[in-house]
Amino acid sequence: MSKFLTRHQKPVLWTLLVVFIAYGFYFWDSVRTTSILNFTLSYALPLILAAMVGIIGERSGVVNIGIEGQMLFSAFVAFFAAAATGSLIMGAFLGMAAGLLAGAFLGIAAVRWEMDQIIAGVVINIVAAGITSFYYTPGKSLPAIVPRIKIPVLSEIPLLGPVFFNKSVFVYLTLIIVVVLQIMLFTSKWGLRTRAVGEYPSAADTAGINVFRTRIFNVAIAGILAGTAGAYLSLDAAGWFERGFTAGRGFLALAIMIFGAWNPLGAMAAALFFGFASGMASQLQADEVINIPQQFINMLPYVMTLVVLSFSAGKVRPPAAVGQPYKKEG
Amino acid sequence: MAPLLEVKNVSKSFPGVLANDNISLTVNAGEVVALLGENGAGKSTLVKMIYGLYPPDSGEIFINGNKVELTSPKAAIDLGVGMVHQHFQLVPVFSVAQNVALGAEKKRYGLYDSQQAEEDVAALSQKYGLAVDPAVKIEDLPVGTQQRVEILKVLYRDAKLLILDEPTAVLTPQETDELLEVMRGFAKQGVGVIFITHKLREVLAVADRVVVLRNGKQVGETKPSETDQAGLAKMMVGRSVVLDVKKELAKPKEEVLRIEKIVVKDDRNLIGLNELSLSVKAGEIVGIAGVEGNGQRELVQAITGLRKIEAGKVYINNVDATDSSPYQVHKMGVAHVPEDRERDGLVASYSIADNLVLNRFTEAEFSKRGVRQVEPIKKLARFLVEKFAVKTPSIETNAGALSGGNKQKLVIARELAWGPKLLVAAQPTRGVDVGSIEFIHNQIVQARDNGAAVLLVSAELDEVLGLADRVAVIYAGKIVAELDAAAADRNKVGRLMAGGDTN
Repeated sequence: MSKFLTRHQKPVLWTLLVVFIAYGFYFWDSVRTTSILNFTLSYALPLILAAMVGIIGERSGVVNIGIEGQMLFSAFVAFFAAAATGSLIMGAFLGMAAGLLAGAFLGIAAVRWEMDQIIAGVVINIVAAGITSFYYTPGKSLPAIVPRIKIPVLSEIPLLGPVFFNKSVFVYLTLIIVVVLQIMLFTSKWGLRTRAVGEYPSAADTAGINVFRTRIFNVAIAGILAGTAGAYLSLDAAGWFERGFTAGRGFLALAIMIFGAWNPLGAMAAALFFGFASGMASQLQADEVINIPQQFINMLPYVMTLVVLSFSAGKVRPPAAVGQPYKKEG
Repeated sequence: MAPLLEVKNVSKSFPGVLANDNISLTVNAGEVVALLGENGAGKSTLVKMIYGLYPPDSGEIFINGNKVELTSPKAAIDLGVGMVHQHFQLVPVFSVAQNVALGAEKKRYGLYDSQQAEEDVAALSQKYGLAVDPAVKIEDLPVGTQQRVEILKVLYRDAKLLILDEPTAVLTPQETDELLEVMRGFAKQGVGVIFITHKLREVLAVADRVVVLRNGKQVGETKPSETDQAGLAKMMVGRSVVLDVKKELAKPKEEVLRIEKIVVKDDRNLIGLNELSLSVKAGEIVGIAGVEGNGQRELVQAITGLRKIEAGKVYINNVDATDSSPYQVHKMGVAHVPEDRERDGLVASYSIADNLVLNRFTEAEFSKRGVRQVEPIKKLARFLVEKFAVKTPSIETNAGALSGGNKQKLVIARELAWGPKLLVAAQPTRGVDVGSIEFIHNQIVQARDNGAAVLLVSAELDEVLGLADRVAVIYAGKIVAELDAAAADRNKVGRLMAGGDTN
């Protein structure tokens, strides 16, 4: 534990600072603070999951510009499957399967067929937009809402309790995924091999690692996370589905991934920051503290993306082999 | 006892080339077999088949007497075959231990055991005398140390057969000698070593047996005790080769390059050149001898306008050229053969013809009102390809498709074609086959005889001593001695290179 603290001094201090400030505001205005933080988390959640999709892909050397389409397709499948079968679990399950399918497509197209990775991702986005618009049928509704699971004791903590420990299964799942991925990526055999494949694939190949299989596997597995994000959006966050439902979150997630320097925990912090900025702006708008047309408020995440990317450009280093199909020489 | 490795009648072809034609090779435990041949002779292809990177078209491979199918590097590794690749296969952002363990990781609590890996690497490096810190990142290590990591990687997998593909191409003379000793050490411990090279001195120094390949065919086998450099060169090239550069005595004329106490920083922002002074006259070749990393790169870049000069002056034909742009320096009559031809010497995706006018495309002959003149460019290209014996299917071929020796001839052709007053040649024969080395050396001597001043920078001491008229020894960013090439012997220069004095 002490080793962990000395090695990760900065993030730990920042986290403590953020918690401290949050409680400061909580004692000043408990209702609004809780509401903004709830908004922050629900806004950030799909972004966190989508950023994990990007991280797994790019750490293995595959750019995934199709996260948007993967989420949209999964949200669509999850919603209509749940409506048709009358089971949220069935909907969530099929949504994840849809994500796996879309992920596997990207993996095979980019690795086996050596297709340009950007184009393969764009194909997913276009096809997903097409399918979900064409087969969209209005008037369907979900059989139930996703239940909240109250964690005993923890949910009684002021502020942290209602924000973190009285949520749907998607929230808990996401938090677990982030932590597990962080550990796996940097301390497991899978993580070492994945990063080697993304940094210097021929080194991995000569060390006896199957570069193609590793990449396809990782991108496909990441697809399940995109499916989870999609299912969360339609089943839990919204409770309905509409055309173009994901509204660019898949692209936003790529900016968040870069902002988080391709680290799961870093990306989560970045996503929460985005969520918080949006929540704050909405709250101020609702209180009529600021009076800006709604459209500008809606623009905020995209403007922030531009700012973040222009500041982080050149400062963080992407995996060296990202975007390059691996070819054996000779 | 069956030999460690037996390759029987193996053939392999790639589109348009028969890379290996019916080759057989035997390696016993505890012996060093040198695989000698020019670039493109098929050495790499042969060992890549032994390492499972390509399947052979026909023929058989036996390990310890058992016939094996090597379908992947993993299959080869499992059978005790290890390979140190010519281009290092190391992940720059990983630590030494991570690179060594990659693909053969040991686990603890289901996670990669980094502590164990670091301990194992430390133990191995102690055992074989390959000093390296297991926790350092690869990108922070010099090339020679990176190679040690490559060797450790192979040892970590308990290799019984070690393949070294041109391991000395990137090493200094001292590092090379160390490596040769390490190779002998492996043989003593019962490891079989295949050593690929085209450097004859190394073959004679280390090998038990020599197998020579030429154009994909096996042309012979011999022992160092039964041959000498000239004999090996003849087998390798197929004709007698002049190993010593033939040249008249230099007739130096007016001073072309004068460097006065220049101070230059290196990539790490430390002092790279420390008040270095040097002069080169028309009609002479001045060779810079030194251990790599003592300021050679910085010197070349400072002269050619690629690196900022903090203090001091550079004069070319008595004109102040300090901190001029590369273009201005070129206009003053300076030709530059860069040390990394792949990165700085050529545009791999351009045709040979376009590469040959890279330094002259603005001249009236090759461009009219901003439009490239295709015919004159092609005419020049055809002339130069012929004159410099560049082996290529056509002048429209991309430069990237040529072999190393032909790429280098292309760069030399471009730089010498326009009659420069000063030629700055950095590592002009690095990674180039013997036949081409001879050719390039003759071209440089000819440029000198035509009145050019030549500054030669080379990590090959033999090249400097053989080609230069005057030898300047560089150490820690300073010229510590200047000697007449005829009076300079290997030992004396070697001591100076290491920072010792002449006495």
